Amino acid sequence: MHPQYIEFITVGFGIILLMLEAFTNGNKTRIGLIAAAGLAVILAMLWTVPVKSADVPDWMSRFYHFDALARFFKTIALISTILVLLMAVDMKKVLSRYTSGDETGSALGEFFCLPVFACAGLMWMASARDLVSIFVALELVTIAFYVMVAYMRRNVGSLEAGVKYLILGALSTGFLVYGIAWVYGATGTTDLKLIEAALTKASWANSPQLPIDSPGSPTYLLFGLSLLLISLAFKIGAAPMQLWIPDVYQGAPTPITAYLSVASKAAGFLVMMVILAPFLGSAEISPKLVTILVILAGATLVYGNLAALKQTNFKRLLAYSSIAHAGFLLMGVSSKDYVSVSFYLGTYLIMTFAAFFVLALVRNEENSDTIDAFDGLGKRNPLLAACLTITMAALAGIPLTAGFWGKFLVFKSAINSDVSWWLIAIAFMSVAAGFYYYLKVVKAMYWNAPSNEQALPLPVITKTVLGVLTAALLIFGILPGPIIELLK
Amino acid sequence: MDLLLLPALILIPLLAAVAIFFDAPAKRTALIASLLNIAASIYPLVTYWKTQCDCWDWGFQVLTNPDIQLRLGFTNGASPVMLLLSVIVTLAAVYSGKCPEGREKLWFGSMLLIAAGAIGAFISTDVFFFYAFHELALIPTFLMIGMLGSGDRKEAAWKITIYLALGSIILLAGLILAVSQMPSWSFTDLAPAPEHQNTIALLLIIGFGTLVSLFPFHSWAAPAYASAPAPVAMLHAGVLKKFGLYGLLVVGMKVAPDGMLYWLPWICVLLLGNIIWVGLVTLNQKRIDLMLGNSSVMHMGYIFLAIAALAANGKNEIAEPAAILLMFAHGISIALLFSLAAVIERKTGTLEIAQLGGLAKTAPALAFLFGLAGMASIGLPGLANFAGEVMVFFAGFHDWKPSSGVTELGWVQITTIIALWGVVISAVYMLRAFRNTFQGPLVKSTEDATDISMCAKIPAYLLAATLLIVGISPKIILQFLN
Repeated sequence: MHPQYIEFITVGFGIILLMLEAFTNGNKTRIGLIAAAGLAVILAMLWTVPVKSADVPDWMSRFYHFDALARFFKTIALISTILVLLMAVDMKKVLSRYTSGDETGSALGEFFCLPVFACAGLMWMASARDLVSIFVALELVTIAFYVMVAYMRRNVGSLEAGVKYLILGALSTGFLVYGIAWVYGATGTTDLKLIEAALTKASWANSPQLPIDSPGSPTYLLFGLSLLLISLAFKIGAAPMQLWIPDVYQGAPTPITAYLSVASKAAGFLVMMVILAPFLGSAEISPKLVTILVILAGATLVYGNLAALKQTNFKRLLAYSSIAHAGFLLMGVSSKDYVSVSFYLGTYLIMTFAAFFVLALVRNEENSDTIDAFDGLGKRNPLLAACLTITMAALAGIPLTAGFWGKFLVFKSAINSDVSWWLIAIAFMSVAAGFYYYLKVVKAMYWNAPSNEQALPLPVITKTVLGVLTAALLIFGILPGPIIELLK
Repeated sequence: MDLLLLPALILIPLLAAVAIFFDAPAKRTALIASLLNIAASIYPLVTYWKTQCDCWDWGFQVLTNPDIQLRLGFTNGASPVMLLLSVIVTLAAVYSGKCPEGREKLWFGSMLLIAAGAIGAFISTDVFFFYAFHELALIPTFLMIGMLGSGDRKEAAWKITIYLALGSIILLAGLILAVSQMPSWSFTDLAPAPEHQNTIALLLIIGFGTLVSLFPFHSWAAPAYASAPAPVAMLHAGVLKKFGLYGLLVVGMKVAPDGMLYWLPWICVLLLGNIIWVGLVTLNQKRIDLMLGNSSVMHMGYIFLAIAALAANGKNEIAEPAAILLMFAHGISIALLFSLAAVIERKTGTLEIAQLGGLAKTAPALAFLFGLAGMASIGLPGLANFAGEVMVFFAGFHDWKPSSGVTELGWVQITTIIALWGVVISAVYMLRAFRNTFQGPLVKSTEDATDISMCAKIPAYLLAATLLIVGISPKIILQFLN
């Protein structure tokens, strides 16, 4: 089977789901389960496709690329979409309260279909090797997200988040298109392979001294590149383009927040690595670009961690933590270690989803996102508390959890590639700060008395998923090899 | 097959902790696990004791790039000694202390997790897992202090969390910087780093130093131990804290010998801070638990002195055995003291020295045991600590001959001379506390006190006997280090 059929099938599946939604009545949570099951089948199909670019037909090969890295990110996209759908099914009480106004779940049909389209876009992004196809795939994802973020229409927070995301997202799209235009102007192509070839040509090596308006000058290209960087920084939530994250993450429905912070970020990082690779490979541009990336990473780490320290809302805390993680990932990008970055993103998926599953459950039961709502969880549901403790330990990067390996590998490549000692020092301080705010949640669960003694019930889906995710955190914490193997 | 005993040492407590979490009878499971652990450690220890062979080595590759393995074994004599210390103290800790009603799962589960982490750290022969297992042990320590501690438990727990987390991160930075210059993460591949030795040594001294409560990074220790439940104080002060010293010996001295030499004056000044400054602070304590916590910080200074002697001259063959023997002795004696302090508090309801007195009349066995442990901690000949301390002082003067004269005294010798005064300080506070607690007339709190119960006696006598046996024949421990 040709690899690109996977995306086609996914889009087709999304359309079928929409039809199904239109012609059924009543509770729509079944559609969510069907969607999850369908995506699981697609995931299985993806893994039957052999990793050979030759399978891509010629007419597509210029802008579509299939290799182990692409497959890895497609897997991330599929798994996170499945998890989002499952989380949404378990959270239907809150979701329908703010959509149809009752608890029937009758207005949730589209909510279960949209992630499928977003997933198709995310998968296409993983394969796109041309600025235009990257742009189109990105828009497919972003537009689906505009709707999903604002889906809880009876909730002011969700609407506010939707508007913010729409305005800032549109702005960043503008930057992206404008940047692509400048790069095209400078190199005459949007194909990243050809851009790379253009950059390694001898004329570029001698050109920095050329006047701006002469044809071989890199100035146009650098201007285009900086515009691209602004837009990419927006997608991954790097400072100073991170301002949208806390509000949007807090306002959006919890499953969508998880989706944004995992799948959207992972795809953003992949696109960033793909777009920057030719530039980082060029001896002329690379030092400048690395400096900019180091500054971005440092600023992101400082902002994310400092702001996270005093959060009292768990969802907002996770938003800042996702900014902080973006900083570590950027450090990996600036040391050009794509395997570590991809590995980090894979483990980040596991731990972030585990955290959001617990959050969704508590939100569903307590109708609150604050850390206070976790008070005494250790007494009310020890199993859930144990899972969340392991998850928080993983997010903080405590050894023998999967989260540690990601940080460890990123740190190692940063130290080996000598990016900047300042950045490494900041990153180490950030890890220490992370201990404080992640363990604050653990502290609330165990040290504080519960506000209400009732046991917290665990729905079947959440229980199973949490069990699997937590076990994965521990297993990959000792044996990270399997994930690394996927990247080879 | 024999080699599987090594992973079993970690898995037994780990699986027991999981079993307890899923409703196994907590105390019995913990006891069986700690006894099994002792049984499992006998064969490796005895064979290593006899031959010092390299035969104990088990593991598998975890990652190829970077080259990391989960590898357990004994690459040097320090590992088996620390293993022995860990299993003994674990058994004692499981036995002693009184678990609050309804918290058995947490109480015994955490203890076993701490033990698993400590044993894992001491028998790992790969830098990565050496570090990782120690971190594993810290999490339950924090939780236990925060949840089941006494007094100002939340503040004490936060303080130890922040300090040790920061220390571990600095340590990790140093380890990565050092090991990225080595062919693999295995202990056997550690060699002096070609570059950045001074930076590595500084990071390791601060990192490991914070974990061992090196002055001035020590202020987490006393409040945490005072507030911690007795078994946690025993396990942390007795076993887990030694990780930092062990790390300096088996990693720090290997990867950055020149860096350690470069920072030698600073090490000397800081360790005197432990011995003299913290010693004086200890003198002023009004509560037994705070006094013990501070005294444990103070005694770290002596072990650092041995490390300083080794840093000054890598060929100093007394220094390393001295450090390890004292680590062992101190671990046993402080664990015994913390467990007895908990007994005193249970029997009298207080640990304020001013409110105690005459306890020897109502609780003679308790008084005997506390006296023995206190004497050991001061360094009375015949008990294990004495052998360690004397060797440390000898190590300090190893490089100096009487013929070289007073003008030739180096940093280490001068430090040793000043450090000797620490022994006097120890004697003052320990004897004073003993007198005020156990001697004199009975007071209100001690009138109705009963003697130490049979159940608490078993671990106490186990520890006391260890102190005596090793004190009379330190060769038992030193044999590992041949």
